[in-house]
This record gives sequence, C-alpha cells and structure tokens, in this order.
Amino acid sequence: MLYKILIDPFVQMGAAPDLLVQAIWDGFVGGVLYALIALGFVLIYKASGVFNFAQGIMVVFAALALVGFHQMGVPAWIALFLALAVMLLLAISVERLVLRPLVNQPDIILLMATIGITYFLIGFGQLVFGGEPKRMITSELGIPKGAQDFDVFGGFVSLQNIDITAAVMAGIMVAALAWFFSKTRIGRALRAVADDHQAALSVGISLNQIWVIVWFAAGIVALATGIMWGARSDVSFALEIIALKALPVLILGGFTSIPGAIVGGLIIGIGEKIGEFYWGPLLGGGIESWLAYMIALVFLLFRPQGLFGDKIIERI
Amino acid sequence: MFYREAGQFKTSYQADSAVFPILQDRIGLAVILAIAFGVIPFFATEFFVQGIMIPFLIYALAAIGLNILLGYAGQLSLGSAAFMGVGAYTAYKLVTYFPETNVILLILVSGFVPALIGVLFGLPSLRIKGLYLAVATLAAQFFLDWCFIRIAWLYNYNPSGAIEMPARQAFGLTLTGPAADYMLRYYAVLGIVVLMTWFASNLVHGRIGRTWMMVRDMDIAAQLMGVKLTNAKLTAFAVSSFYCGVAGAMLVTLYLNAAEPGAVFTIRQSFLVLFMVILGGLGSLIGSFFGAAFILLLPILLRTAAASFHLPIEVKNIENLQFMIVGALIILFLKFEPHGLARLWQVGKQKLRVWPFPY
Repeated sequence: MLYKILIDPFVQMGAAPDLLVQAIWDGFVGGVLYALIALGFVLIYKASGVFNFAQGIMVVFAALALVGFHQMGVPAWIALFLALAVMLLLAISVERLVLRPLVNQPDIILLMATIGITYFLIGFGQLVFGGEPKRMITSELGIPKGAQDFDVFGGFVSLQNIDITAAVMAGIMVAALAWFFSKTRIGRALRAVADDHQAALSVGISLNQIWVIVWFAAGIVALATGIMWGARSDVSFALEIIALKALPVLILGGFTSIPGAIVGGLIIGIGEKIGEFYWGPLLGGGIESWLAYMIALVFLLFRPQGLFGDKIIERI
Repeated sequence: MFYREAGQFKTSYQADSAVFPILQDRIGLAVILAIAFGVIPFFATEFFVQGIMIPFLIYALAAIGLNILLGYAGQLSLGSAAFMGVGAYTAYKLVTYFPETNVILLILVSGFVPALIGVLFGLPSLRIKGLYLAVATLAAQFFLDWCFIRIAWLYNYNPSGAIEMPARQAFGLTLTGPAADYMLRYYAVLGIVVLMTWFASNLVHGRIGRTWMMVRDMDIAAQLMGVKLTNAKLTAFAVSSFYCGVAGAMLVTLYLNAAEPGAVFTIRQSFLVLFMVILGGLGSLIGSFFGAAFILLLPILLRTAAASFHLPIEVKNIENLQFMIVGALIILFLKFEPHGLARLWQVGKQKLRVWPFPY
C-alpha cells in the first residue's frame, strides 16, 4: 500500500514522461482559468475589501450574455461589446444598489451580499437566457480550433489551440492589468484605495467611482474567462460550482496579490491534475473535487497569509 | 404597559443572572411551548406538520449549530452541510448496527462523530482566521461530500449509493422509515430541538459562551486575559458540529427518510444554513429560529402567491424568479437590518416596554 502511494506514481512518471507533460499542460490550462477567476476576486478585494463570491456567476453571466446576444442574431463582435456593456451595467448597479448602502458594514455582511448577488444572477440569467447549456461561439470570435502535436521524450503531447489561445490571452490580460495599475491615473487611484480607503478619500479620490471601475474590470476579466471556459466545455450554470475552485487559489496566493493569484492558480491546476492522474485511482477517483482545497489547507498551515499576501500584523 | 420590568425586583444573584429576567418573557416562552406541544398537533394538517414544522425545527437546530460557531465564537464556516451529512451517515450506520436501540438515543449519539471531525477541520482555525478560514472549511465540505459518494461502507454498499432509513422504534413506537406517523415524528423532533436549544442557551450564557464571545470580539485581547484560544476555538467547532450533526441525523431519519448521494449535503445547503444564521441574527438563539422560518417559508409563500394570483408564469420560471427574489431580499435585508430578524425582535420588545410613549 505504501509502495503504491509513495513510489509507484513516480515510477509511472519516469516510465511515461510524455503523459506527465500532457498532465502538466492540462493542469496548466485549468490553472490559467482558475487564476483568471481568482484575478477577478483579487481586483475587487483590493479596491473595496469585498470578498466577491459572485465572481463565478459573473463569469457564467458574461458568457451567457455573449452567447445570448449572438443567438438573437447580433454579429459576434457586436455581441462582445454588448456583453461588455452588460457587465458595465452590472458594475454600476452593484455599486449603486449593494455596495453604497452597505458601506462600512463588517466583512461577513458584504460577503453575504455578494452571495445574494449570486442568487439573483442565477435566477436572472436562467430567466433571460434559459438554463440549458449553450455552445460558446468560438469560431465566430476567431478563436482557432484543432490541436498541435509535439514530440516529447519519444511520445507525443497534444496541445489544443483553444488552450494555447487561452494561455496567451490570459498573459496579455495580466500584462495589461499590470500596466493599467502602475502607469495610468486611474490605476494609481485604485492602488491608493487598496492601500487606505480613508487616506484615498481625503486626497479627493471618489470611492464610488473606483468601485464601479473595479467591478467593471472584474467584469471584463469574467467575460474573458467565460469565453475561454465556454470554449473548452459548454456555457452552463455548472461553472458556478467549478468557479469555487478559485477560492483555494486565492488563499494560496493571498487575497491581495495579483501575481499570487496567477502562481496560486497554476499550482492548484497542475497539482490537481497530477494528483488525479497518478493518485486518484488509488482513492477511487474524483478526488479533483477536493484536492485543491486540501493543497491550499496544507499551504495555509505553514503560511497563514498565503504565498504572496501581505504579512498579517495584529494589534490590540 | 403589559411588558415592562418595573416592579419585578430581584432578591438573589440567581434571579439577577437568569436567562429570562422578565416575567412576561417567561410567560411568553411557556405559551410558545404550550402551542408547539399542545395546540399544533390538534389543529395542524399533515402538510403543515410534515412540510413546514419538521423541516423548520430541524433547520433551526442546524442554524443554532452554525450560530454557535459564527455568531458566538466568530469563526466563519462554509461546511455546515458536510457536518450535517456526517451526522446523517453516522445515524444511518448506528441504526444498522443497533436495530433494537431507542432511535432517539441513536440520533443524539450520532452527534459525537461530527463533533470529532469538526475538531479535526477546526484545527486550521488556530493558524488562520476570517475569510481564509471560510475557504479552509470548504475543504471539509467538498472532501466529506466526496466521502459520502465514494465510501461504499457508509451507505451499506447500496448499489444506488443512496441511504434509505429502515423502520426503527423508540419507546415501542415506530419513528423512522416511510410508514412512520408524522405526529410522532413531530414530537420527537420538537423534543430534541427544545432540549438542545435549552442546553445551548445554558452554554452560551455560561463561562464557555463568554469565552467564545471574547474570542469573537478580539482574540488577541482574549488571549492576553488568559483565555486559551485553542480550547475556546476547538470547543466551538466541536459543539457546533455536534448540533449540525444531530440536525443532519434528524433530517435523514425523521424527515427525508432517504438521501441521494451528493444531492442533500451540498454547498448549497451550507449556504442555506448560513443565510438563516445571518438573516436571523448573529449571536442570537431565537434569531436562528426566525432565520430558519424565513428562509424555509419564503419559497412556499412565493409559490402560493404565484398560484393564488394566477400569474401566467411557467413552472421553471417560478423557480428562477424565486432565486432572484431570495437574492434581492437578502441584499435588501442586509441593507435595512444588518443585525438580522433578532434585532427587529429586540426593537419590538423595546417599543412594547415604553408603550404608549414613543421613547
């Protein structure tokens, strides 16, 4: 038994390195998607201190809006802009109707409010767009299909073009966000708000405006995530549960760190796939559903603030 | 006029530290208990008892469990459904192994296993806190939910993976299984819930409850004053999981009769209990009852309203509308009364106290 747990998986890895590379790549792609959802969380948490539970449903909602508009006969690119407009509208209404009245409430109340938003969006999304799974309009958006095969260690590894696109787009988006945060006027304001709400207010930064911007940014990230996720499987509300996987990513990376979200996402994604692939059969399979949380839990025991999180200093 | 403490003098320390210091409160409690035990069984229909009262009491107990952890000890947990599940499966295994034993006793005993597992998953709370801890408890939720599906021993190797309660007895009366009388079940549930609520009330008003509240308000300060954080947090996890576990055991044995794998004790269920606690009021036992009633009755009311107005809505859309309305109500509620229904209760009592004057 011990041999099966401790040694056998590594022997398998050594015997078939191409499978290992394939598993790592699959994990990497999954990790990119987790990282993107986590990115949406981090953006909002940094700027408003709200732990946004609704990020997962925002992904579904954005993707549904895109597909829904397309089904109404709107060309794909215009549908994309319409979906963006929907996310902007969502950001404005969330700020107006939820955040502004609840300002200065404890964290748990704000968390509850975002769970409320989640429920509302589930109902609203199903009412407007229907509950059945939908196909993402990949070809209409110009996302390449097919796969690239590479020879690795005598075997071959197959990389889906969609996945490559996803990874590249995620990279571009993170770079754009980093640029936006460090070089633009609004980005500086966002960082100021993240640092200290009151100090930011006192130098004339409008918190309400910042919240709209940051929720809209999270909405854009959600739309991108939705497109990529939808391209791999269908667009459906099952994604909402999968999106919870972004939470262990968050605690790994720390709630406030964008690089943390990326690295955390990759660790969780790859760890999960390798765990499922090599150790899963020993436990009867399906361990993907909780392995991510366990990995995060073990990390947390050693670094309570996450890998890149700010050090927690407590005073009386 | 009717409700004020003027003229009720306390002559002993015991009277001063009583849970219900005002006579009218004690009368009110007695009336509620009398109605629950004596009046409802005579006038209620089967639907009212089976479909409303029993789930209401069971979920109220689960909400009390989470409230002890979240409202009193300040540790956020998103895994309450998993602990309910552990209680349910423990009860199932116990009734399989001890078919002759009083089933009420077995239900109560099956709370100890979730308590143990709760302590295990509470261990991270010694290092992490707040929202980080919430995510850590999700590990419990998903891991335990996976166990309920994968470990065949838990459901007695039933090929469908579901658990089905056999008929078991307490005091010579059949309580579980599909053929059991709903009124007997109601009494069993009511008895257990009243007993455990009374116990919880004593716990939170006593030394241990005060320690929990110190930890909740500021754990470092509590530590400096000599509270052992380890003990306080882990007992909170143990007691909370015990309550959730008993609630889960009752849910399967006395209400649902059966549980499909991966369908009952899901993350949705955890959220449901969390809603009850927050809408009912953090750190309030009566609030847990209010919250459970509110969350459970809301869908029923919405459905009845839709039916009675003959709104031309499709069935599946009613469910969607329900989601929307629940979500919107939660936000509205947090906006107008972030301290929950228990606070409204307090405000109402204060109004009564000064009536007929405004203040």
